Amino acid sequence: MALLQVRDLSVRFVRKQEPTVSAVDGVSFDVQAGRTVGLVGESGCGKSVTSLAIMGLLPGRGTEVSGSVRLDGDELLRLPRRELDRRRGRDMSMVFQDPLTSLNPVVPIGVQISEVMERHRGMSRRVARGEAAKLLERVGIPDPGRRLKEYSHQLSGGMRQRALIAMALACEPRVLVADEPTTALDVTIQAQILNLLRELVAETGTALIMITHDLGVVAGTCDEVNVLYAGRIVESAERHELFAGPRHPYTAGLMASVPRLDTPRGNRLAPISGSVEDNIPWEDGCAFSPRCSRALPRCSERTPEIEPIEAGRWLRCHNPIEEHARNTERPHD
Amino acid sequence: MLRYTVRRLGQLVIVAVVLSILLFGWLRALPGGPVSALLGERATEESRAQLVEQLGLNQPLHVQYWKFVQRAVTGDFGVSTGVQPGTPAMEVFLQRMPATLELSVLALLLAVVVGVPLGYFAGRRQGGWLDNLSITWSLIGVAVPVFFLAFLLKYVFAIELGALPASGRQEVSIDATHATGFYVLDGMLTGEWDAAWNAFLHLLLPAAALSTIPFAVIFRITRASVLDVLEEDFVRTARSKGLGARVIRGRHVLRNAMLPVVTTIGLQTGALLSGAVLTEQVFNITGIGQALSLGFQRQDYAVLQVVILATAMVYVLVNLVVDLTYAAIDPRLRER
Amino acid sequence: MVPGTQRGKRIDELAESGSDGSAGISLAASAWRRLRRSPTFLLGAGIIAAFVLLALVSPLLAQHDPALRLLEDQVSRADNSIPEPQGDFPLGGDQYGRPLLSRLLLGSQQTLLVALTATVLGLGGGLTLGILAGAFGGWVDTVVMRVVDVLLSVPSLLLAVSIGALFQQQSRFTVIIAVATVQIPIFGRLLRGTMLAQRASDHVLAARALGVKQRSVVFRHMLPNALGPVVVQATLMLAVAIIDAAALSFLGLGAADTSTPEWGQMLGSAQNFFDTHPHLAFWPAGCIIVVALGFTLVGESLRDALDPKKRR
Repeated sequence: MALLQVRDLSVRFVRKQEPTVSAVDGVSFDVQAGRTVGLVGESGCGKSVTSLAIMGLLPGRGTEVSGSVRLDGDELLRLPRRELDRRRGRDMSMVFQDPLTSLNPVVPIGVQISEVMERHRGMSRRVARGEAAKLLERVGIPDPGRRLKEYSHQLSGGMRQRALIAMALACEPRVLVADEPTTALDVTIQAQILNLLRELVAETGTALIMITHDLGVVAGTCDEVNVLYAGRIVESAERHELFAGPRHPYTAGLMASVPRLDTPRGNRLAPISGSVEDNIPWEDGCAFSPRCSRALPRCSERTPEIEPIEAGRWLRCHNPIEEHARNTERPHD
Repeated sequence: MLRYTVRRLGQLVIVAVVLSILLFGWLRALPGGPVSALLGERATEESRAQLVEQLGLNQPLHVQYWKFVQRAVTGDFGVSTGVQPGTPAMEVFLQRMPATLELSVLALLLAVVVGVPLGYFAGRRQGGWLDNLSITWSLIGVAVPVFFLAFLLKYVFAIELGALPASGRQEVSIDATHATGFYVLDGMLTGEWDAAWNAFLHLLLPAAALSTIPFAVIFRITRASVLDVLEEDFVRTARSKGLGARVIRGRHVLRNAMLPVVTTIGLQTGALLSGAVLTEQVFNITGIGQALSLGFQRQDYAVLQVVILATAMVYVLVNLVVDLTYAAIDPRLRER
Repeated sequence: MVPGTQRGKRIDELAESGSDGSAGISLAASAWRRLRRSPTFLLGAGIIAAFVLLALVSPLLAQHDPALRLLEDQVSRADNSIPEPQGDFPLGGDQYGRPLLSRLLLGSQQTLLVALTATVLGLGGGLTLGILAGAFGGWVDTVVMRVVDVLLSVPSLLLAVSIGALFQQQSRFTVIIAVATVQIPIFGRLLRGTMLAQRASDHVLAARALGVKQRSVVFRHMLPNALGPVVVQATLMLAVAIIDAAALSFLGLGAADTSTPEWGQMLGSAQNFFDTHPHLAFWPAGCIIVVALGFTLVGESLRDALDPKKRR
């Protein structure tokens, strides 16, 4: 059985005097130990909400979470708060998007790292301090003894994210959720952080859930990819399969809108037309159909179901891109 | 931190200088000029001439100012004419300061001890009954004139119920030693516990009245600040680490939420001193506030200038301490 | 910055919070939309409306001349008695035998006058300082702000009393000046803070880059957008002015001639009768509390409505 099993996960935001918003709608995927699974999509597609739901970090008031998230067979969604707190930080942990705001500005870095180990590994403050220094060294922060006493504003952006990663890995969790871990960083730092994550995952056998909008990140880190659109998974495949031939028009569109070095000069990028605001509700048909170049009349009449199309590959589309057309599908090629 | 402290102290000097210039100008602008102001209407020609000489009023303005500063530094502000005629103004101030300080400290303590926890819980349960009740209370607290509230408390608890003393600092019949002038502290130091207790009871009503406005402000700031901090990313990080509720509350929420509160507490000392003037009047406490209103009614400008200068300096000093506390909590400030 | 400037810094934060570059009409419109639904605002606005209406029509309502000691024969020093409520005098008389109800009704006029003039003067003074400092910066800014900071570090009542002490003759005018002087540094600091925030904002930089003249940048682009926090503060200050005026009367500052009634003064002069005739204080105090609450409620809800953080 998979280490982490997400089944039919749905999150709805219920506000007084406002229509209920469905942010995540029946998302299912598995994560095996030692593997990296990507959740990819534009902002607002529900990928971050999915990760927060897995970690149990959504605000209690005004949100309805249903479905199932099992870690080693234990249902996390219905765990009492106390029990959940015993597992968060130990069995599963998270790296956030903005390292500056995600670190407490008035508590030294060292304390923020060692408090996890004091809590979950029963270490004394002194022992935890020593461990924290080792952790900082491991995530590539030089002079860890000095850095432990420093505050987040004294570190550079890259170092802050390293510190946050050290914090998340302090108890060698079995699942690590990384929510856009490189978005807030300089391009040169991004690659370093991704390499670091990849190394650490390989060393420890931790399962990694990588949340990103950046297909470059996906290509560099993920084993499996789930593409989300408007709260639902529209395509799911092994990384190589996906990049070799996207079957969903939305996936193809995402790929076509990324600049690449190997396309001939003079070719224009092909952005996906329209925006998320043009969506129709999934109940009426395919949410992507108003923006889709391959849309058929039935796309806006009948909701496509997600179906297996080959081993390890799932698709939610009435009019998918044919397999043989995979290489000619890039528009303007 | 040391550099920060030194720079802060340097700025204190600037305030003192600007304040002394304003005060110097104020004395000169008083009706009848500084001589009548400081000696009163019935002074003899002789003493007038002496004061003119002493203040250097026949000399150029900058010399006058310099003399003023010299005397101010040595604590010589002239002799009281109305509040305690014949006593040096500085002495009048020093005699009365402990009563005011005692009252203000207790009032501030009340405001903080009630306001901060209440603000914290109201912020955590936004929209709950405690939240709504406290907001209503704090809004009304700002709208009620302090001295009226003081009267009201006095009327209900002292006159109608007779539960607490209505005026003064201590029962006259108690023969207590007053070494420091802080009556509660005096009683505790000398072991005269009944005297200390009696002085404390006398303080309760005025302190309660005086604390309303600081309470209202501290409560609201704490609440708003807790609401802000609870939304912060680092609180989510702390929760993602599975930390216990107590660590999250203490280390991550409260510590950050206290920053604006600390500043506010410093700012409230101004309102506190203003309120003390009124409260002392109502409860007939012989403190600085009473000296101020008496000094105004009897045109005792010697006392008035000491009181103005001293309270402003106290205010500035308190805020210096507040700034240093802030810097101790917030590492970002220490380096600037 | 000067140590006494914590109070100033708080005012600066207020200034920044209400004046992001996007201010202007859309802000006013969205603020109004939210205000209309806010019970706090409606209650406060209702109180203020009633108060202003009362001030306007009180000459028609008051049955007696507030200055006449109509019931003087019922005042007795010996047994400390004050006219009871009776026929034409529903609330009885004050310590001089003057009709309490009529004084209360007509007192609204002077109270409104004191609050308005003091706040307008304070705002005017603060506006001048703030524009000087905020618009030109440099040494003007430094000098003005040093003085403002020092004034802010003198407790407000002390400042008011020391201003009052400068007048040979005490009058209602003295009270107004004293209350206004306390407000000047507060408004000055606020204005300067908003202006500084504006000066760095994109739309002002854009205007500069387009070569718009300094004076029109200040008056057309900066001032209108800086007004939000100032309006909030002015509303709150109306409440503070009424309460401060009462406090000054209580300390003996203010008109020696009490023939034209004002609530603060009525409350202040009732202090000697509080133990025996508390109703003399209750009535004006009640009026002051309700009106001050009205201004506070409106000010607070305005602040919430203009706060960009809470805008959705």
